[in-house]
Amino acid sequence: MNNIITIKNLSFKYSGNQNVLKKINLEVNEGDFLCIVGENGSGKSTLIKCILGLNSIEKGKTEIKEKAGYLPQKTDIQTNFPASIEEIVLSGTIVNSIKKIWYTKEDKEKANKIMKDLNIYDIRKKCFRDLSGGQQQRVLIARALCSNNSLIILDEPTNGLDPNIAKQIYSILSKMNKKKNVTIIMVSHDIDRAVKYCTRLIEIKNGEVVFDDIPANYSLEGGI
Amino acid sequence: MISVIHEMLQYTFIQRAIIVGILVSVCAALLGVILVLKRYAMIGDGLSHVGFGILTVAVAFGITPLPVAIPGVMITAIILLKIGENAKIKSDSAIALISSSALAIGVAVTSVTTGLNIDTCNFMFGSILAMSESDVYLSILVSVVVAILFLIYYRKIFIVTFDEQFAEASGLNVKWYTNLIAILTAIVIVIGMRMMGTMLISSIIIFPALTSMRIFKSFKNVVISSAIISVVAFLFGIYFSYIYNISTGAMIVIANLVLFIIFTLLEKIIYDE
Repeated sequence: MNNIITIKNLSFKYSGNQNVLKKINLEVNEGDFLCIVGENGSGKSTLIKCILGLNSIEKGKTEIKEKAGYLPQKTDIQTNFPASIEEIVLSGTIVNSIKKIWYTKEDKEKANKIMKDLNIYDIRKKCFRDLSGGQQQRVLIARALCSNNSLIILDEPTNGLDPNIAKQIYSILSKMNKKKNVTIIMVSHDIDRAVKYCTRLIEIKNGEVVFDDIPANYSLEGGI
Repeated sequence: MISVIHEMLQYTFIQRAIIVGILVSVCAALLGVILVLKRYAMIGDGLSHVGFGILTVAVAFGITPLPVAIPGVMITAIILLKIGENAKIKSDSAIALISSSALAIGVAVTSVTTGLNIDTCNFMFGSILAMSESDVYLSILVSVVVAILFLIYYRKIFIVTFDEQFAEASGLNVKWYTNLIAILTAIVIVIGMRMMGTMLISSIIIFPALTSMRIFKSFKNVVISSAIISVVAFLFGIYFSYIYNISTGAMIVIANLVLFIIFTLLEKIIYDE
């Protein structure tokens, strides 16, 4: 298997604080559906921000073969934002045409295809703020796929969703992983569901990787 | 009504006022959408007070005000955004501190030097009909530049406004775009102060965006309709201000308020059914 992300001896701290991440070593392979779990403040989000290049790293190294599609944690601003689904999904293509003033024809075709795959094409003119939480997350997954349809990184995409809707999101991601071989890295709170759907589970505790294996072995160990 | 408009257009100073007014209204509306969505609406108000301070001090020392005020307000805008990133000082209190201090310095300096004269009064409440020819040309030039920059960066401004983190992960320089917005806002505020005055300028930034967000559902439509609403409010404002001899700035704000109420009612009618 080809590894798509390589992390060597990564340590990271925010200015003045203690190390949030301590000597992390990690390889992510093509086709992984990797869930990163751990308590609040354990360093999960910090780790993916290091992978994405959003945190500047002092010690260690992270290598990523291509720019990943990213779904950040939801912000306040988005809840009431007047933008159509189409506009938001299309904006994901910026990665490929960053020097251009406007979207290309290929960008639009790509966005349309992804919206069809995720069943949001028919509501593409609708306003983001009028959607349910689950639909909003589907739109943001579509945007991430527009950036890169083979590698996406998601930061707690099921946060604040009903259990049923959260299950739907997991199953959409799992399908994309199996059928389209999308590599997925996902931070999650929800260990029970992560264990059911992902192909590889990582647990972070106090900035260190304490578990890294197939999820079946995790439940055998009896969890935290 | 037609004959009145015909009569108004006979005067060169009204022609000039209309050209500048339309351009400034469009720019203010474009930036207003971003500022309202980013929750930076109060920055407009703060910057106008700083603009007032700088303008009055410039007048007191006999310097042409606009070329000094534009860079001064730009710097303040960038500082205010920087403070907003710093969690230790809340940005709303920072804006209140800076704006009232600037206003106080402006008033103090004029009291010592020229006294509160017509110039000061114009800075306070606007005097679009009293703009000099050089002010008019500078205003036209600057607002055209602002509008062009906005269009060139429209797509990226949208992405940065909607989701800074995603924008950064996609390789956009978020700080650069935030500073760009701050600088363009500063320019529009200084130019717009001639028309609206310190006290009223922030309303033409905030009102059109809020009004169009009542009804329009996509970012593109919100931006376009804000610009149109802003121009319509300006034209009504200047028309009624001419007929009834009311302050132009005040009339424009009232026109904006009326449009806001109409759109809010329309929203209820359209979406409650």
